[in-house]
Amino acid sequence: MSEHTEQGGNAGHVVPVSTYVLVFFALMAGTALTTGVAYIDLGRWNTVVALAIAVTKMMLVVLFFMHAKYATGLTRIVILAGFFWLGIMITLSCSDELTRTWEIVPKGWNMIVPFVSRLF
Amino acid sequence: MSELAAHGAHPPGFAHQFETVGQQREAGRLGMWVFLVTEILFFGGMFASYTIYRALHYESFVTGSHLLEVKFGATNTYVLICSSLTMALAIRSAQTGKRKGQIIFWLILTMIFGALFLGLKLRFEWYRDYIDGIVPGINWAYNGPHAPGVQMFMCFYFFMTGLHALHMVAGLGVLTVLVIMTARNKFSPEYYAPLEISGLYWHFVDIVWIFLFALLYLIGGRYPGS
Repeated sequence: MSEHTEQGGNAGHVVPVSTYVLVFFALMAGTALTTGVAYIDLGRWNTVVALAIAVTKMMLVVLFFMHAKYATGLTRIVILAGFFWLGIMITLSCSDELTRTWEIVPKGWNMIVPFVSRLF
Repeated sequence: MSELAAHGAHPPGFAHQFETVGQQREAGRLGMWVFLVTEILFFGGMFASYTIYRALHYESFVTGSHLLEVKFGATNTYVLICSSLTMALAIRSAQTGKRKGQIIFWLILTMIFGALFLGLKLRFEWYRDYIDGIVPGINWAYNGPHAPGVQMFMCFYFFMTGLHALHMVAGLGVLTVLVIMTARNKFSPEYYAPLEISGLYWHFVDIVWIFLFALLYLIGGRYPGS
């Protein structure tokens, strides 16, 4: 890196073109792989594999194209906080929504309902 | 007051509220990431509701997913990855002090890929969906299995891809401004913050599509009988 971009530290990191091209081909290969795997019967694992490849591709973009690999600790914490909050939002929403079912009302209770409703 | 300003050697684009150029860069990056975190949670709300409704209406969502054509989703993923590479190279050209023609070349190429994405999306997906009558509220003629659930899936599909496309359009606007700024010699190896910040945005929109492609087109599988 040339010295005049070093002013005051924290200068932009110049990533070699070869790294960008390598990441680019990894992303292209990942897309081809995830598309191909979708046509193979893996049962429940189809979803897991598709999401795992998507997360891997995201990591490559964030680390190299978005320079998170060369970022300061503060910036990294902000990035991690974003994904952590996303995790909270999805897991808590799911844990609420997916554990609620329409309770089957016991027979006895069914018979009581018309009686109770007449009281009010 | 910084030493730089006191000596009158004011680097281009250096705002006086910062101690050093490095601090200014760091503040810019950090601010952009904070914005992107709000964007993660903005799209995250849709991802969360998509996950829940998919779990509740699994059959319908798989049926709906099979109405989409993987080849167009995959092609658009390739196109966006290309645009991310050219965007990264545009920033690199500015960092290393290349001629402005080279920066503009990479920026225009990024815009071409972005426009290609939108063109393919409109012509081969949304337009065909309209013709096929699988656009809820506008042209809905689907009467196959799980019709109400499929309609819900298509609502998710159009809101998620629509919001993503809106971000692409905004990105194209930002890139147009960057091309003009580059042509006016605004950038140098000392100052290229607008390029870098816009690059973060562009890559973020790419990441959103990577997940949309996996969630809408692929998960659950596309093999016969899936």
